[in-house]
Amino acid sequence: MTSLLATEDLTIRFGGLTAVDGFCLKVHEGELFGLIGPNGAGKTTVFNMLTGVYLPSEGTVHCDGRLVNGMNPVQVARLGVSRTFQNIRLFDELSVLENAMTGAHQHSKINLFDSLFRTPRHYREEKRQRDIAYRLLEFMGLEDRAGLAAKQLPYGHRRKLEIARALATEPKLICLDEPAAGMNTGEKAELSALIRKIRDELKVTVLLIEHDMKLVMGICERIQVLDYGKTIALGTPKEIQNDPKVIEAYLGGE
Amino acid sequence: MGRMIGILVVSLAVVLGVNWFLDSYIDQYVVRVINMCGISIILAVSLNVINGLCGQFSLGHAGFMAIGAYVSAWFTTTLRYFDEAQAKYVAIEPMFSSQWGFVPALIVGGIAAAIAGAVVGIPTLRLKGDYLAIATLGFGEIVTIMITNFETIGGANGLPGLPAYSNTFWIFAFVVIVVMFSWYLQRSTFGRALIAIRENELAAEVMGISASRMKVMAFIYGAFFAGIAGGLLGHLLQTISPATFNFMKSIEVVVMLVLGGLGSMTGAIVGAIVLTALPEALRDVESEIGLVGVRMVAYALVLILLMIFRPQGIFGQKELSLKLLGRLIPGRKSGNAGGEE
Amino acid sequence: MLPLLETEAPGITAELILQQVANGVAKGSVYALIAVGYTMVYGVLQLINFAHGEVYMLGAYFSYYPAKWFGYVPETGEKPKVPLYLIGALFVGSMAACAAVGMLIERLAYRPLRNSSRLAALITAIGVSLFLQNAGQMVFGADPKGFPVFMDQESVPLGPIELANTKLVIIVVAAIMMTGLHLFVQRTKPGAAMRACSFDMRTARLMGVNVDRTVAMTFALGSAMAAVGGVLVAMDQPRLTPLMGLMMGLKAFIAAVLGGIGSIPGAALGGLVLGVAESVVGTWSTTYAEAVAFIVLILVLLVKPSGLLGKSGREKV
Repeated sequence: MTSLLATEDLTIRFGGLTAVDGFCLKVHEGELFGLIGPNGAGKTTVFNMLTGVYLPSEGTVHCDGRLVNGMNPVQVARLGVSRTFQNIRLFDELSVLENAMTGAHQHSKINLFDSLFRTPRHYREEKRQRDIAYRLLEFMGLEDRAGLAAKQLPYGHRRKLEIARALATEPKLICLDEPAAGMNTGEKAELSALIRKIRDELKVTVLLIEHDMKLVMGICERIQVLDYGKTIALGTPKEIQNDPKVIEAYLGGE
Repeated sequence: MGRMIGILVVSLAVVLGVNWFLDSYIDQYVVRVINMCGISIILAVSLNVINGLCGQFSLGHAGFMAIGAYVSAWFTTTLRYFDEAQAKYVAIEPMFSSQWGFVPALIVGGIAAAIAGAVVGIPTLRLKGDYLAIATLGFGEIVTIMITNFETIGGANGLPGLPAYSNTFWIFAFVVIVVMFSWYLQRSTFGRALIAIRENELAAEVMGISASRMKVMAFIYGAFFAGIAGGLLGHLLQTISPATFNFMKSIEVVVMLVLGGLGSMTGAIVGAIVLTALPEALRDVESEIGLVGVRMVAYALVLILLMIFRPQGIFGQKELSLKLLGRLIPGRKSGNAGGEE
Repeated sequence: MLPLLETEAPGITAELILQQVANGVAKGSVYALIAVGYTMVYGVLQLINFAHGEVYMLGAYFSYYPAKWFGYVPETGEKPKVPLYLIGALFVGSMAACAAVGMLIERLAYRPLRNSSRLAALITAIGVSLFLQNAGQMVFGADPKGFPVFMDQESVPLGPIELANTKLVIIVVAAIMMTGLHLFVQRTKPGAAMRACSFDMRTARLMGVNVDRTVAMTFALGSAMAAVGGVLVAMDQPRLTPLMGLMMGLKAFIAAVLGGIGSIPGAALGGLVLGVAESVVGTWSTTYAEAVAFIVLILVLLVKPSGLLGKSGREKV
């Protein structure tokens, strides 16, 4: 197995604060990888560096053998990395279907002329985007809500729509930032199954940040634990569960 | 595309008919107000693409208008060539001295404004919200100050003697075009990308939508039609001066948008008509009650009250359609919440 | 004798430039007085109070009517001696009236919008500005008014240059007012409340700061400063119109952005820099001098949006 995503000594400082320090990560192709850690450990900051939102102070990010540092989020998206956000960022005024369609936007080859003059290419492109979006809404179980405005969706469905939108970019790697936050037990179980399906059926590598231990331990093949910007453990769920440093970080030693 | 050409041909025929009707039977003053409404519609609909769809609050629309007006006027009034036989400068005859030269002149004006749109769009990409508003306002002011300093185009006194080419036909032909294009734009990959940027720029970028490219496109598109509107206005008023395009003009267009509901094209059209025709109607009322100036005071008050009590405008971000009208009629049951949000 | 006013003079000498710098300092002092209002309101509410230029206009008019009682119009030739306390009362009266107007605007137009979008607030501010301009034209009349004179313009020699006494008064009064305001904000308890609100309004409220009162006070202080600017300008250039606040307001806002929005010393610095830059460019062309402010604005926004003395923030993702 080759590693799809690899970071080397990734460090970022905000003023005097080192939020992430010497972070190394290797995610293999087709893997379901979990990144966990207590609040403020720097997990989301890692995602922001992986997706071009923040520029690392030091270190490198490679994706599919290509250097990601210095790329902007658009370029990273074109490389095949997509993500969701901890604080859901949907396009509220667009419909559910249109939200998913924006994910398919980047592969479109039409220009302004096509849109304004309604060329055959425009109609072909609209159909392509609609098909992809609809397929992914079905995949996430949202197809019967396609016509609603995104802001009308209940919370759990908003999370799912964000995943559908990210999948519509047809990524190689999807980074999910706390997808189960705020969900009840039933919804979480359903989400676990969906995440597994994303990897198994869509063949997308999954990098997951999650607070819910049961969910992470249940679906991830490998887990890395971050605390105060540093990696404190890496291994299979079983190894992580018994790691004294992890237990200390979570239960609060000292 | 076939359907589009069909719609275009039919609408232009209708506009031609309306033009003939207005010219033959309707009072000149009323025709003039109708023409001004048409120009306002072009302005409001084009600004809606920048401010409403893309969410980039621009206060520079008058600057783009000024560029379009002056460039097109340059072609219709002062473009000459040196004629060897007569040994003097002669206006380029068949091209720009007739109605048919008007459209190319307008389009060149629009292109000049679009270039300015790109020039403004690119550096202001880093700015958001009220900072962008104030920067675009600054751009508009710089344009008028520049014009004031160019004596060859009349300087502060303005440029008189523009041929009276603008008529109901040309104005509403461009209304049809801008409305159709903007509607198509809104309902396409591009429109969704613009709205996505407005709703959440970071998420749009992560989806691979280049916000900077789209914003510049929106500015170019809006500026092009603002330039056309400027050219039409110039050849309607027949005299243009920097003061015609001061930043109050930009604010007027913004108010039209806000009244109709920022982001709603039909709202922009309604706002443009109301805010162009209403002050004219109030002009008589004003002189009757003997309170000159009360019109503008009322205008300002309406704006403030609107923001306090209905900041989303008349239509919000919805488009006026037969379905929506149906819902607004009382007594009819509807599934979802209708016009209200 | 060197020309006292900005002119398009052909022979440009070092003295002339120096003269223009001095004139620019006077002009910039007025910008600074108005800019503090923008900067304080923006600091607390993140709102560009577009109507602030109109408050300055009102400040000039509020002093115009009482001044007619004891000033004199140059044409009549009569020259009554105006005691200093009356001039002082003129300033204080105008400041109080403008402070009231400022608080009224905040209470009626901005407070209902405190929780709505910033765009709605900005448009409301534009509406208030339009309202005051047009109401001013109705009430005061659109024609320019000559401000009564009670201080004869004289040139005061200052080394190689000369400065009109009215311009000296502007500089001195503005310096005193700005220092006073700075001390008030930095040293007093209400000043601390203002700083707390501009830092984080929600936390300030939780800490027991009366936010509504603090915001009202911010408007009152800013408006009073603008009133001082209005009276000073009326004494120096006796020509009042209801639209005089428009450009002045825009330029003062630009001065606030240049200095770093939210910072009072920044507003002072930005005002002075802008005033001097305009005056110096005005040596060559008065029309291009009008463009200076806007070019400065766009450059600052592009190069350092946080301004000369401002702090920058970062969006949390």
